[in-house]
Amino acid sequence: MGDDRFNHEEDLFCPGHRACPGCGAALTSKFVTEVTGPNTIMSMPTGCMEVTTTPYPESAWGISWIHNIFENAAAVAGGIERAYRSFKRRGKKGYTDYDDVNFVVLAGDGATFDIGIRSLSGMMERGHDVLYICYDNEAYMNTGIQRSSSTPIGASTTTSPAGKESLGEDIHKKDMPSIAAAHGLEYIATASIAYPEDFKKKVEKALEIEGPKYIQIFAPCPRGWRHESKNSIKIARLAVETGLYPIYEMENGEITNVKKLKERKPVEEYLKAQGRFKHLFKQEGGDKVVEELQSIADHNAKKIGIDK
Amino acid sequence: MTKIMTGYEAVAEAVKACNPDVIPAYPITPQTDIVERISEMVADGELTSEYVRVDSEFNAASTAIGASAAGARTFTATCSQGLKLMSEPLFSAAGMRLPLVLAIANRSLSAPLSIWGDHTDTFAERDGGMIQFYAEDLQEAMDNIAIAYRVAEDKDISLPALSCLDGFILTHVQEEVDPFTQKEIEEFLPERDPVNTLDPSDPTTMGAYARPEHWTETRYVVHRAVKRSKEKIGKAVEEFADIFDREYGLEYNGLVETYRADDAEVLIVALGSVCGTTRYVVDEYRDMGEKVGMVRPRVYRPFPEKELARALEGAESIAVMEKDISLGYQGGLAIDIKSMLYSNGSKIPVLNYIVGLAGRDVSKENIRNVVEGAKEVKGKDPTDLDFDDEERWEPLRKELISEDDM
Repeated sequence: MGDDRFNHEEDLFCPGHRACPGCGAALTSKFVTEVTGPNTIMSMPTGCMEVTTTPYPESAWGISWIHNIFENAAAVAGGIERAYRSFKRRGKKGYTDYDDVNFVVLAGDGATFDIGIRSLSGMMERGHDVLYICYDNEAYMNTGIQRSSSTPIGASTTTSPAGKESLGEDIHKKDMPSIAAAHGLEYIATASIAYPEDFKKKVEKALEIEGPKYIQIFAPCPRGWRHESKNSIKIARLAVETGLYPIYEMENGEITNVKKLKERKPVEEYLKAQGRFKHLFKQEGGDKVVEELQSIADHNAKKIGIDK
Repeated sequence: MTKIMTGYEAVAEAVKACNPDVIPAYPITPQTDIVERISEMVADGELTSEYVRVDSEFNAASTAIGASAAGARTFTATCSQGLKLMSEPLFSAAGMRLPLVLAIANRSLSAPLSIWGDHTDTFAERDGGMIQFYAEDLQEAMDNIAIAYRVAEDKDISLPALSCLDGFILTHVQEEVDPFTQKEIEEFLPERDPVNTLDPSDPTTMGAYARPEHWTETRYVVHRAVKRSKEKIGKAVEEFADIFDREYGLEYNGLVETYRADDAEVLIVALGSVCGTTRYVVDEYRDMGEKVGMVRPRVYRPFPEKELARALEGAESIAVMEKDISLGYQGGLAIDIKSMLYSNGSKIPVLNYIVGLAGRDVSKENIRNVVEGAKEVKGKDPTDLDFDDEERWEPLRKELISEDDM
């Protein structure tokens, strides 16, 4: 009582939602609303965050929020943004000024990398003033941990399980930030829930830019990745420290602000902390996948310039 | 002042008069000319809507949904495969009670691919909570746009509405139409006044998910809104007649129109442009002293069951002549009409003629065959009809079909 930590009156993402303890996406939601403030309209596709935050008649959202279907959040946001542009131009009364509203999408990797990529590509190409944030937990968690095109090789999911003839996912993770960059975006960033201040700064910076922006935040899923809830931040940090999930900004196509590392940790440290990779250390051939993941980290380091 | 114009121009003129805030557009034959014409209006500064050149029909619907949720008046147009691609967001728009108006240039569905018209595209959307209007001619296609906005945006309704016109047969024909004047449309169609918006000044959650303890009632409420739209259509059509001096089935709540049906022994039921030809055939029979008439639903959903029951009462046989087939049973309109007649305790025999699929011409000769078929079953008890004989294809080119497929 009287402890400010338990006062949620002003929160725009409120406690009481049904996300799991240690959920990276729930933390992301909290960080996002802390930056955007109330003058925000968020469009969210079907997914974990949608179902855990809006079980009718409850809602965890203190901002205006809309969900339509799985694969159209970017287009819905684009429609909202054009409506406000029209209201401003036509002088419609009763609506907040176009320039004062943050139009934001918050979507999982399945809705971003896979099923919603058409909507996202269209939104970026048309130049809608929308900030698209993808919380990347590297699989379809809401439906029960099926692989997406964001799943890294070696990860065991319910549709790419490890087995006698399988070492888990065998297709490389799609490079979404580069796809966003190919659309000519002024601002793209990757982030991690392990570095909230860095993420919040990126959201703040993105919101100041007119036009489409893309931020991808690494958001562990304890249930899907088979780790203890208390380790979400630790694992998120390890992903950055090993070079597997580099965090950087890309402005007008140029990588501008990379989180540098004095000494990269070996990928094993990150992989061993999660049940989804444990077969790699037991099964024959697992070492080859670990080597491949290390080479991905090395490649990232070179391409993005992580090493100090 | 009347003007000669094409169907796509008539629809575009109607849209311009209704002045939507946001128009997402994507091409598909034969709808494309509608959004092309609108883009010219925007390019020439005649229309100040936000014209969004989207990447697919899927995102035309999705963009319209976002804009509608924000409080905007929206328009888009499609047909056929494009409507299929919109289907998922449109069902969801109805569930979320978001008003949208779409023009549909009715066209068949693949496969085989065909750009020509029938009603299989909109009939496939039957169960989604969209109001469906069908125009017989260009004037009605134009007028239905304004009526669709009035009803869709009514606070008690708040649903998507499809304003359908037959692809090519109506979209690409020229007729004399009377465009809306600014004064008329302002009197008929108020600015949209949404029930809820997403404005941050009063934050809302839209599209929450519902568990089994709430879902049924949520669906029931949408169902009631679709049904309730019948009264609203009736009222809108009545006011439309006052302002524009054009009438559409006023005796039947604006939902059904009839032609020489009052004392008819044989009634043809049909939707859309084929009704024009049917009127000629009805006149021919009347000239010969035969009591033939036509009943034309203007609206397919909500289904005007009471109005159709009244319009069909007293007939000795009915032929539902439609450009739809629910593969594995019969045409959608016939299925619904028979269901209504059963509940009504009717003993009128009903034949189902499948005609004009994928743009096949429906000639006077075809319609005469339909009338002759219906005459043969006059006064019969429906139980005397063989199930298989109720369904007839006019015509079916049997020489193209192998024996195994017959």
